[in-house]
Amino acid sequence: MTETRRLLKNLGARLSSGARDAVSRKQMPIVPPDNVAGRAMVLVIAIMTFLSCLTLGAVTLVRDTAATWQTQIAREATIQIKPEEGLDMTAALAQARDIAASYSGVLDASIVDAQATARLLEPWLGTGLDIDSLPVPRLVIVTIDPLSRPDFAGMRAELQETVANATLDDHRTWVDRLVAMARTTVTIGMSALVLMLSATALTVIFATRGAMAGNGHIIEVLHFVGAEAPFIASQFRRHFLLAGMKGAAAGGIGAILVFIGFYWWSSRNMATPEADQATALFGNFAIGPSGYIGVGAIVIVIAVLTAATTHVTVLSYLKSVDSTHPDSM
Amino acid sequence: MGPEILRDVSFHLPERSFQFLSGPSGAGKTTLLRLLFMSLKPTRGLITIFGKDRSAITRTELPLLRRNIGVVFQDFRLLDHLTTYENVALPLRVRGREEATYRSDVIELLKWVGLGERMHVLPPILSGGEKQRAAIARALIEQPRILLADEPTGNVDPQLARRLLRLLIELNRLGTAVVIATHDLGLMDQVDARRMVLSGGRLEIYD
Ligand SMILES: Nc1ncnc2c1ncn2[C@@H]1O[C@H](COP(=O)(O)OP(=O)(O)OP(=O)(O)O)[C@@H](O)[C@H]1O
Ligand SMILES: [Mg+2]
Repeated sequence: MTETRRLLKNLGARLSSGARDAVSRKQMPIVPPDNVAGRAMVLVIAIMTFLSCLTLGAVTLVRDTAATWQTQIAREATIQIKPEEGLDMTAALAQARDIAASYSGVLDASIVDAQATARLLEPWLGTGLDIDSLPVPRLVIVTIDPLSRPDFAGMRAELQETVANATLDDHRTWVDRLVAMARTTVTIGMSALVLMLSATALTVIFATRGAMAGNGHIIEVLHFVGAEAPFIASQFRRHFLLAGMKGAAAGGIGAILVFIGFYWWSSRNMATPEADQATALFGNFAIGPSGYIGVGAIVIVIAVLTAATTHVTVLSYLKSVDSTHPDSM
Repeated sequence: MGPEILRDVSFHLPERSFQFLSGPSGAGKTTLLRLLFMSLKPTRGLITIFGKDRSAITRTELPLLRRNIGVVFQDFRLLDHLTTYENVALPLRVRGREEATYRSDVIELLKWVGLGERMHVLPPILSGGEKQRAAIARALIEQPRILLADEPTGNVDPQLARRLLRLLIELNRLGTAVVIATHDLGLMDQVDARRMVLSGGRLEIYD
């Protein structure tokens, strides 16, 4: 009898003292891992992450390429002079060049000489061509300081007044179209990304509800021993966070491998027509550092999204269980 | 809605009291304990728990109130994937306690109920009596204000039943109110305590 009393007194004293000790043996999780997030769920998350990363990669590729084009195009303007009976082309070119060079913001203006023009036309007209015998328009390339662009309207008016048949093309239309195209692509890509993340969240909701239904007896016992809803949710969340991290990491690594593979392919086939096509469109087919950072961000977002979705789902599930049918004893 | 299992039942469980709840099988003992444990809501009538109206208790308050109540379930309700030790420690774990702070207490209690050797065994391979003892240990590990025990000695031999009864009496002396639901007359005869007898949905109290 005294033994019991000592035991319980002892127990009470120690319980109330609540001394904390960091040393802790590894305990079995309250919700067993194997009947929660199965392999299928890890796989779904991996696939979703993979697709999201590819989408993001494509978006950054388009955005970066468009930006490169834009700065390249914005650095140049061209003055074109059409030949005409009785026009002194050499004088007209020199005049146009001098007018262009007189504007502030123009770094350089140079005439594309006869040989260079011939070279430009070589693919179409062949070699050994007498350029002067043909009515070929001639060009003046104007190099622009992209930070302080010259007054194109003024330049255009002055050229029209003084040089016959001169037209100035500042490539504005192209740049505008390019920006619009890039913006559309980025918007579409981002919408696809949002859809994929939503699908991932929905998958997690279904998986969580399944896991909760399968572990009803555990939830019941947890309720009986006084577990609060957030504690129960945390028990499920840790499994899903782990599954989410596994799946997201696998998907992210897969996407990076694909990026590297493409880069390798495009640099190995540099001279082939297909690769030239890709290079012409995308510059060097390489996902820049922002692409890789994006992959990392998506992996983190998906892992966090998984954990957060599980948490919210468990809490709302517990709420609905509580109000529809009470626990049984 | 089926027939009313409990009707016109009115009683008070004082702090630190000790009582038996008996009655034939199907009389509603478990149902009454579930009402007290708030896992069942009364269709009508008033229940006041620790001075609080049952119907006014919110979902967030419920777990905190339940921490003052220890329950031994008739069917034990142990978690099969946790060891005996982990099952008994579950109420402490749920309260966010570090394992190091309670480990020795749990082991001591397990030894006392005769499960020292079966500590790291999973419930499916425990005998009925061993499960029962594990369930009792889990209910009293936190020294609750009230202990509700549903047939706590139904699966053990008379000698062990006496030992467990002593443990419950001892717990009562330390300040826990105890309700033991049983139809074991032999057990009730061992203690001179209040008897609440259910039959036909009504409750008779013999002080
Ligand atoms: N959730 C429920 N819904 C409807 N009826 C129920 C429910 N739970 C129990 N009952 C019925 O209520 C009656 C009392 O059941 P209860 O489990 O309280 O009896 P008991 O006194 O604990 O019996 P025993 O001694 O066999 O454990 C039984 O007729 C049972 O069928
Ligand atoms: Mg019963």
